[in-house]
Amino acid sequence: MSTTVQTATAQGKKAPRPEVSDRSRAENRLGQKLVLPAIILMLIVTAFPMLRAVWLSVFDYTLTAPDDRNFVGLSNYLTALSDDLFWKTTGMTVLYMLVTVAIELVIGFIFAMVMHRVIFARGVVRTSILIPYGIITVVSGFAWQFAFSYQNGFVNSWLPGIEDSFNWFGDTLPAFIAICVSEIWKTTPFMSLLLLAGLAQVSEDMLEAAKVDGATWWQRLWKVVIPNMRSAIMVAVLFRALDAYRIFDNIFVMTNGAEDTASISFLTYRQTIEQFQLGMGSALSVLLFLSVLLIAFLIIKLFRVDLAAARQE
Amino acid sequence: MKKLGVPLGVLLILVWCLLPVVWIISLSFKSEESITAGNPGFLPGEGTNAGWANYDKVLTDPLYDYFPRAILNSIGISLIATLLSVIVATLAAYAIARLEFKGKKLVLSLALVIAMFPVVSLVGPLFDMWRTFGIYDTWIGLIIPYMSFTLPLAIWTLSAFFREIPWEMEQAAQVDGATSWQAFRKVIVPLAAPGVFTAAILTFFFAWNDFVFGISLTSTEAARPIPASLAFFVGADPFNRPASLLAAAAVISTIPIIIVVLLFQRKIVAGLTSGAVKG
Repeated sequence: MSTTVQTATAQGKKAPRPEVSDRSRAENRLGQKLVLPAIILMLIVTAFPMLRAVWLSVFDYTLTAPDDRNFVGLSNYLTALSDDLFWKTTGMTVLYMLVTVAIELVIGFIFAMVMHRVIFARGVVRTSILIPYGIITVVSGFAWQFAFSYQNGFVNSWLPGIEDSFNWFGDTLPAFIAICVSEIWKTTPFMSLLLLAGLAQVSEDMLEAAKVDGATWWQRLWKVVIPNMRSAIMVAVLFRALDAYRIFDNIFVMTNGAEDTASISFLTYRQTIEQFQLGMGSALSVLLFLSVLLIAFLIIKLFRVDLAAARQE
Repeated sequence: MKKLGVPLGVLLILVWCLLPVVWIISLSFKSEESITAGNPGFLPGEGTNAGWANYDKVLTDPLYDYFPRAILNSIGISLIATLLSVIVATLAAYAIARLEFKGKKLVLSLALVIAMFPVVSLVGPLFDMWRTFGIYDTWIGLIIPYMSFTLPLAIWTLSAFFREIPWEMEQAAQVDGATSWQAFRKVIVPLAAPGVFTAAILTFFFAWNDFVFGISLTSTEAARPIPASLAFFVGADPFNRPASLLAAAAVISTIPIIIVVLLFQRKIVAGLTSGAVKG
């Protein structure tokens, strides 16, 4: 665990030396100048619209009747929070997150161990692992949707015990599985690359020592490898969990929210863009934002994720 | 057992990563008629291989003229967004890696927050704002959000790379009388080029991939990028997606990704792993 080290100013660290302070002031100014464009750009598209969403969320505002904007206070939030649909969708989203991240962590770890040990065909393995990472999520969604289709797909004929005429998109659970498969396929490589970076940090000496002490392969994995890459695992889980919580593309393409497969992002999109309910949609946007914050906070607190490791301080 | 583990693992990775890609290629050769009638199986059924007909149709048939246009939009928007984002990120990452200044923590924290931001939350207000500014359904209307959302990744990747550069050379240049700015431009830029290039690839992937902004901030083919265009593909039968045509379009849209991956896989992996975790 690294503690935060404040290195804001040269003066704070050591006694100011006249010939340094001029330079450090100039350095300070240059540094701020160089990061300013990035800060402005990041805020323009996030902070400002988010404040606008907060503002819009207290109105009853529909695009089909733009002049008919009424202040309704918190009633949009109350409506959303007292609606079963909102909670069902949130529950579904959490389920997507838990299922996909758990499976990805296991498969990603296996892939990372293989890549860590592989000697031949390195380039081939690297190239293929990057293809799902780079492929358009919508394309992945289509590929899997058609694969699961009983009319033109192959999954039914490949899976033993499944009727050839089985419709994966006719019920919540199979549709949920199909969406998770697409999500997992696409994002496991990213997870495995992050874990690969973590594996590279585990010292070979320690592993050798454990081997000499007679630890089995399984013991070495649990007692040496995993504890030593804890921060890498946690950062990977944090990133993927928040990414999975925002799941949208696959649902849009594969089921369009049918059979109760909608996620909270999908619900928000539908209210805002398809039904022009800017007031209600904005309230949902704010709730979505707050829930992401809450999840990030919980993961960081529960697992004591060392974000400094991710931020490289 | 131990000897077999790694080769088996490699095989597993290859099948996992490539099977869906081979499948979508295979699907793109199934004829349109057979798709409507139902053509199950991994490979096109007996006598239903349409050859290049589907590719020809999505690229030249006036019925699908929005797809070639979407390719143009995607290439244009992604490249411009990448270029601008990388320029801005390079300046910021240089400052973060090299200089001591007030607010360094703020930039990194902000980047972290943005990387985790639920994009859909912004769709409503941006939709509203963009229509007010008159940039709804334009290239610039997509370039701006793409820049903002690729900055965190680009800044991380670049600052990780910049930490590895032998900065003494810059100091040497400064000793020789160059200003900070000159030293940066003349000495560091050539050294930093590989890192910048990697950040550009990752940024391009993000922009090429985006779907949420693509469907919310566009309404016509004027600016609609490939992923959004694919989602609105309609065939002769509105209730039955033209799977084989979609597959052909999907394969076309994947070609640039595959080319980039083939050429630069080593760089991409280095970029992804260096920017994310450091013990």
